[in-house]
Parts: sequence; structure tokens; C-alpha cells
Amino acid sequence: MSARDNILNKLRGSLAGTTPRPDPFDETLVTRPWQYAPEDRITRLRSLMEAVQTEVHQLPAAQWPEKVLALLQERGLDNLLYAPGTEHGQALAGYWQQAGAKPELLAYERPVEEWKDELFWQVQASVTGTIGGIAATGSLALWPDRHEPRLMSLLPPLHIALLKASEIEDNLYSMMQKQNWSAGMPTNLLLVSGPSKTADIEQVLAYGAHGPKELVVLILEDR
Amino acid sequence: MNQRIPVTELSDTFRGRAKEALADDQLRTNFRVAMDSLMQKRADAFPDEEEREGLRELGNRIKARALSRLPDLLEQLEAKLTENGVNVHWAETTAEANRIVHSIIESKQGSQVVKGKSMVSEEMEMNDYLAERDIECLESDMGEYIVQLDGEKPSHIIMPAIHKNRYQVSKLFHNKLGVEETDDVNKLIRIGRETLRQKFMEADVGVSGVNFAIAETGTLLLVENEGNGRMSTTAPPVHVAVTGIEKVVENLRDVVPLVSLLTRSALGQPITTYVNMISGPRKPDELDGPEEVHLVLLDNGRTGAFADAQMRQTLNCIRCGACMNHCPVYTRVGGHTYGEVYPGPIGKIVTPHMVGLKQVPDHPSASSLCGACGEVCPVKIPIPELLQRLRQENVKSPDEQPKVKDGGAKYSVKERAVWRFWASLNTRPGLYRAFLWAATRFGKLTPKKVGPWTDNHTAPVPARRSLHDLARQHLTTNENPGGRS
Repeated sequence: MSARDNILNKLRGSLAGTTPRPDPFDETLVTRPWQYAPEDRITRLRSLMEAVQTEVHQLPAAQWPEKVLALLQERGLDNLLYAPGTEHGQALAGYWQQAGAKPELLAYERPVEEWKDELFWQVQASVTGTIGGIAATGSLALWPDRHEPRLMSLLPPLHIALLKASEIEDNLYSMMQKQNWSAGMPTNLLLVSGPSKTADIEQVLAYGAHGPKELVVLILEDR
Repeated sequence: MNQRIPVTELSDTFRGRAKEALADDQLRTNFRVAMDSLMQKRADAFPDEEEREGLRELGNRIKARALSRLPDLLEQLEAKLTENGVNVHWAETTAEANRIVHSIIESKQGSQVVKGKSMVSEEMEMNDYLAERDIECLESDMGEYIVQLDGEKPSHIIMPAIHKNRYQVSKLFHNKLGVEETDDVNKLIRIGRETLRQKFMEADVGVSGVNFAIAETGTLLLVENEGNGRMSTTAPPVHVAVTGIEKVVENLRDVVPLVSLLTRSALGQPITTYVNMISGPRKPDELDGPEEVHLVLLDNGRTGAFADAQMRQTLNCIRCGACMNHCPVYTRVGGHTYGEVYPGPIGKIVTPHMVGLKQVPDHPSASSLCGACGEVCPVKIPIPELLQRLRQENVKSPDEQPKVKDGGAKYSVKERAVWRFWASLNTRPGLYRAFLWAATRFGKLTPKKVGPWTDNHTAPVPARRSLHDLARQHLTTNENPGGRS
């Protein structure tokens, strides 16, 4: 018999004569303590994210490419990884051309194997979209796909994320219900709640462990 | 130097190691400071008692429900993952699990492995197994990396290097990596980052654990702060996840309360920096992520714990570490004293099923039964109750058929005879009176040494008059007609 059969048989044997427990999932336990008035959602998300060293800016939706350029200039960075196949990627490229922006735009449109070294060591910043934010925990939800690959929000030392104000939900439960996640999950769904960090030495908090050292969230006023 | 405590130099019994740890001031300070801070952080993360208790109850029910359907959920998980393109493997023993992992690496002609934090891989001693086969398996969690560099084992399931301070880490990095010494934690972390980034890039295979495996969607959920888990599961061309069979939950929504309980109980964080949900390998048109994803489901004694309805509750554990953070014994003796993968209260109740009580005979009794562990457990495992049960299993005679692996490890004919004598003494009034009469008269004859008790205490000497005797006298002299005077 295979390991699989042995394990399952043992488990079934131990459960003989029992009935499965009911499922009284009380959703109010994970929603009621975490509800906010629409105007408070941004405040809550901001304060939680800022508490873990995230830089948050709120601005009219049309102004974000300009802000991205300013963020790069402030830091003296000279390249930016972006997703050319996305709507925001195209807006960025359009602005870059029109403004004659200096930092080089690096399009993520080849498989990682073809430029792994450059992605790991040369790329200084990236800009990605999000599928929303979560006020309760100060989190961003990212749904990487073929246009906006997974490593974009992980490798560059600076990650700039775009968050539409209208897509900030109260809590994780309401977000997964509203967007019906369980109907079809992507290869990799992510919640990101700040720049990477560690407290493994003496519990002293240090930012920039293995992922981005800096996370900047641009909240786009879209309503 | 007494500051470094490699496992190999430790005494080979719990008692011996406890004695050494208790005499190590640096170690005790490191743990005391860390545990105090972790307890405070947890308390701050649950400001509302009602909310906390409601959530713990829900967490308990979700796990109990999942366990009540465990075989079905494992099959559902397997089917869903397979549909998503993930290869699912089953292993009854750690040896089998290691063979599976090794054969996956071999099939890719891999020689370099990076590993995100995984306690199941510690159970398997995967690093050593692979090293013996010329495969480098590097820990990538900062704390795990530090202990691996020093040839140690983790001393805490969430904070593996909590027993070390910055100076010890600095010296270690200096000796092993040839970098300059520094007491700046940020600089130390930067050294780790640079060194490991190269490894993430080169690795042939990434290994990770799993916090929750979701049957409904075929999703592996991992929580972490550093990004090393995401690196290990995204950058190398192959990802192998290893997990215990108890990690499966039924629905995606079930992880909402469980993740909240986990991160708040473990570190006092509302959420970890990353919640990484993996549901498959790279799709044909995607540009990154591993081309192959494997899941190894490990038993290693879990079906044994599952067979007993009471001990089954040990499988509720979501590995937050809150029980050890709040344990007065753990805080004083540290994680290495337990000598096994899982230390602290949870270690004491899960380890016997994995390695048998013979190997850890002192585990069930290394507790004051103060109850703190049970009180803070986010999924309400009644740890003190299970410890008492293990104490009983530990002293069962072979005819009493112990129900836990290698039960009866501490069974002693002599001790059983003493207790039998004591029981008959206390159930036969005549015998009892005779014993009392003798004890009060010949008390001086009690031995000066009575086992380990007299190593640190003076031997007890029976009083000249028994309590019964004194009470009787008290009642006769105070029995005046007016009742209370």
C-alpha cells in the first residue's frame, strides 16, 4: 500500500462512527470589529502602513506618473521597472515620453531567466498596480499576472504601489467576498503590508530584509 | 566561551541541559527580555477581550471541523492542487519525505537549495540529509540563517535565533563571512541580505513550509515578514513545499480568522508584511514563478495523535509560539533544553507522537501546570490537560496499554509499589492509625536523604503530634456552651 493509502486509512479508521462537525462560521467575528466609515478607511490604512515605515501619498488620479518621477528624482534613482501591458504601465510610458523623463524605463516583458542578473541586482525601483487595500490591517492586495509578474513587487529596493481610493475595503473578509476570490485564485495572490522587515536579531526591527527596503503607496483619488 | 550553545555540546538529558541553561546568565537574559516583549506585544494586539475570545473560539471550531473531516479534506486538497498543476506527494516518515525531496532535486540535477522557514523541514533534518548528498540547503530566514551558520538548531519556532544577542551574531558573521564586526543590527541584516540574494538567484530549488493549505481552492498560504519566503517560492525554477497533514483547512474564508490569530498571537502584528497565497506553478504565458510546484504531505506521528480523540487536539496547532512566549519554564531554560524540534509547551505535547515518550521522558513533567499556555493558545488547545494525560501515559505499565508512542517510559515497579502502599494506608482506618502512631513517635528515624528532594532541601521530619490529634484537642478545649466567645 502507498503512503497515501496508509495515511488516509489510518485517519478514516480513527474517525469511524463520528460525524463531521458543523460549520457555524460566524462572519460577524471577522467583520464587525473591523468596519469603518468610508472617509475613515483611508485614515486607518494610512496610519497602519505609516507605522511600519511605508510612505503614503494621496493625490488626484491623473497626477501619479508625475509623482513617481519625483520620487525617483528625490532618491537619485535612474531606472524603473514597469509593466507595459497594463493600463497604468501605458499611462506611465506616455507620461515619461511627454515629460522627457531621465530614469530609464525597464519593461518586464521577457521571462525572468533571460535577465535574472539584471532583475536581481540592477533594478532600483518598480511601480505596480493593486487590486485594492484593506483598512483593518493596512494592507495592499496584489494579483500578479502575465502582464505584471510576481517579482516586480519583491526584487527592487523601492516598490511603488498604486491604490485606488475607491478600492479600499474594510477588511480581508469583505474583500475576498466582494471580489469572489474562491471562484478562481491566481498563481500567486499577495497581501503586502509594508516594506520587508525582520526582528530576528534581538527583536530589533530592521527594514529591507530580503524584499523592498522602501514601499511607497500612492492613493489615487478616483471618486 | 559559554555564550555559544551548540547542540552537540549540550548534556544529553533534559535535566542536564536545564541545569546548564539555568546557570547561563546571558542566555537567561536574552530569553527573559525577548519573552517579556513578545507577551506585551500580544497583549497590545488584542485590546478587546471579547473580540479575542470570540476569535479564539472561532479558530478552535475551524480547526476542529477540519480535523473532523481530515481525510476528505486532504483528498480534496490533493485533487484541487493537481488540477492547478501542483504535484502532491505523501510521506509517512521523515525518511520518506527526505527521499521525495531529494529525488525532485536530483531530477533537476540541482545542487543548490534555498529554504524559507519551515518547521516540518526541521523535523526531517532536511539540511543534513541533503548535505550528505552534496546538495547545499541554505536557510534564508535571517534567524534560521544565523543558527545554521553557527551549526545550531532553532531555539524558538518563530524567532530561531532569539537566544543570541547582536554581539554574538556580529562575531559569528565576522568568523564565518569575513566581514567587519559591528553592533549595528541594520548593518548585520544588510550583510545577510546581500549574501542571501545571490543564493536566491542561483538556487535550483526553493523549499518552504505552509501555514495553511486550503482545500477549497488548492492554495498554499504562507505568512512572513522578510520576503525570504516569497523569494524561495518565486525565484527558483522549482518550488517544493513541505507540510504536516494537519495544516489543511476547508475554505478560503477560514484563513481570515486564523491568519489574524496567528500573526497577533505570534508577534503582536495585525498582519505580517507578506501573506503569500500560492495556487500553482507558472502558467504558460507568465514570465516568472517556478515552473514546477510540489507539495509533500508528512505524517510523522500525526496519525498516531489523531487516533486519540483527546490528543487529536494537538493537531489544532497553528505554530504561533505564544505558548512558549508565556511559559515560565521555557523562558528560564530556553528552547535548546528541550532537545527536540518543537520546544516549549506545544513541543511537550506534539513531540511524544513523533519521537515517542522514551526519547522525551521528562517532557510531560517539565511544567508547573500554571495554565498560561492554554490561556493564550489561539486555537484553544487545552495544553495543561494534555500534559496531565501524557503524565499518565508516561507511567502506565505495559498491561495498561499506553495509548501514546512508547508510553510507559517512566513506569517503575518501585514507584508503583510505593503508591499502592500509600493508597492502602489511606483507605484502611486501622492501618492508618497504626502508621500515624508510629510516625509521630519514631519520626527521628526518617532518612536524612530522600531522593532528589534533599539535594536542595532539608529532609522532612514528621511532627510529634498529628493534625488529627491537634484538631481533636482544639475542639474539646474550645467547646464551651456559648458557642463563639
